[in-house]
Amino acid sequence: LQVDLWQPSSPIHIVEGAVADVRVPQNTTRSLLPFLQQANIQYTILISDLQQAIENQTAGRSHRSRRSLPGYNYEVYHSLEEIEDWMHYLNRTYSDLVHMFSLGKSYEGRPLYVLKLGKRSRPYKKAVWIDCGIHAREWIGPAFCQWFVKEALQTYQTDPDMRKMLTQLYFYIMPVFNVDGYHFSWTNDRFWRKTRSKNMRFHCHGVDANRNWKVKWCDEGASLHPCDDTYCGPFPESEPEVKAVAHFLRKHRKQIKAYLSFHAYAQMLLYPYSYKYATIPNFNCVESAAYNAVNALQSAYGVRYRYGPASSTLYVSSGSSMDWAYKNGIPYAFAFELRDTGHFGFLLPEMLIKPTCTETMLAVKNITLHLLKKCH
Amino acid sequence: RAMELPPGHFPAARAAAVAVEYLRYLRGGPGSGLRLRELQRARRQDIDDVGHKYYLELELEDVLDKDRTVSCTAEVLYHLGSTTSAPDVQLTVQGELRSTEEADKEFYNRIRSLEKELVAENIPDSHGNVPPELEPIHLLAWVASGYVIWQNSTENTKFHLAQVKHVKQVKRNDEDLQFDFVLLLHEMVSQEVLPWEVTLLWHPQRGARVPQSRAAGAGS
Repeated sequence: LQVDLWQPSSPIHIVEGAVADVRVPQNTTRSLLPFLQQANIQYTILISDLQQAIENQTAGRSHRSRRSLPGYNYEVYHSLEEIEDWMHYLNRTYSDLVHMFSLGKSYEGRPLYVLKLGKRSRPYKKAVWIDCGIHAREWIGPAFCQWFVKEALQTYQTDPDMRKMLTQLYFYIMPVFNVDGYHFSWTNDRFWRKTRSKNMRFHCHGVDANRNWKVKWCDEGASLHPCDDTYCGPFPESEPEVKAVAHFLRKHRKQIKAYLSFHAYAQMLLYPYSYKYATIPNFNCVESAAYNAVNALQSAYGVRYRYGPASSTLYVSSGSSMDWAYKNGIPYAFAFELRDTGHFGFLLPEMLIKPTCTETMLAVKNITLHLLKKCH
Repeated sequence: RAMELPPGHFPAARAAAVAVEYLRYLRGGPGSGLRLRELQRARRQDIDDVGHKYYLELELEDVLDKDRTVSCTAEVLYHLGSTTSAPDVQLTVQGELRSTEEADKEFYNRIRSLEKELVAENIPDSHGNVPPELEPIHLLAWVASGYVIWQNSTENTKFHLAQVKHVKQVKRNDEDLQFDFVLLLHEMVSQEVLPWEVTLLWHPQRGARVPQSRAAGAGS
């Protein structure tokens, strides 16, 4: 019969009349207790289920840190569960400025949450759509979306620009577009990119959510092979995530004046087209918005971003959300490729979250304020 | 006959990346790393029956001392219809690179005197952290990936080292240090992250050599 001695520290200190605390596995009590009774040794059960006691303690602790927004750390990467808890908290706590809703369900059944930010100041307001995390491994994207919301809520009273933005516009923020993929990048494969839909014929999973939109679908710069990382899917909007967002954007196309999608990495601000080398009709407006945004970004820490049409600046790709948004009548459609340029790549250290988000905020505010003036 | 290219367009950027990776292989070590700060100018010449030649003016910075920059002119020749031959790269570096003789010797002695062979994985980790004692290994991984990237680049690729998945030191009877790496390379155009098994030999005076490298089996 073996016991785990908790008190005293060593068996040599066990003498007649002294107290000893021991821990035994549950099935051992069947032999230990009769033995103690027979030996006339008095005993008390202090903890009848140690496992339960430990679980109660740990559950309480983590629950507490999830709930405290002042304690929410915007300078670390958060799991999907943490981000969802954070959104619920904001929805409850800032109900005058935040409204949380779901666009539908992901392939694996997860809700597709969006935060609608803004003062309910007038009946009809234009809007800006922002999404992050179309590609699972680009963790700095969702980090920026959270940062943007934090900045909006914290500086709305004190910053005239932010107050103007939230008074005159609504912001639809989707902190994690590709929820299944993001979750998978935390649990299984840090470099996962696509969604997690199953393929009928091959044992590969997932579709590139930025090649699945109905705009020159699966032409150049996308792959028809299900195992490839730029797989366009079996047909446009095959992915429930893409279909849900496309449906929402189509429904609100008259209201939404800017579409911003956050990716990593390359340090670029891109605008249409991705699928062809051609100049967009409102080139002058968009190009000057991009130029000003990139300069604003650089003013923070001197970080240089390239900007231009995606096809010549990054690469040709078809079926992208940015091109689709533009085709659907949203005059300003941008894709950001955030830090860095390959040194850390997707594995951007947490200590670079703050500078990256700070400089990017300047660019986003710049674009938004540009939007409120007349150049479409 | 050489056409001026916008430095912000991807053809110039891809050629510049090849030049930098080649330089990393030539000049990198456990105490130093270089990275592209800016592509200042690019021109391209299409040479009949030979290939495409890029003329580049680059500004590079020292990874361990960001205020230190050097200029570099490079010529990158992609051979016509090449899937098997590496691009030819010629480089001229203007200015002094920081001497790493002391740091190199210290690292060399430290590794040679290890009782158990060094083993490590996931550098950086998922959150971007690199333990300080593994930074020299990280820099040597760049030397190894520099070679592999240079050897496997075309005008339609742009590679970066995504992560050191695994590294194992192998003790040798001669004076070289040997590290067997599994490197994850991210290819920008296809967006694939591909594992490569790479053996690196390194010596403080003789520099680096990659006797063996191959694309590893797909999927993990």
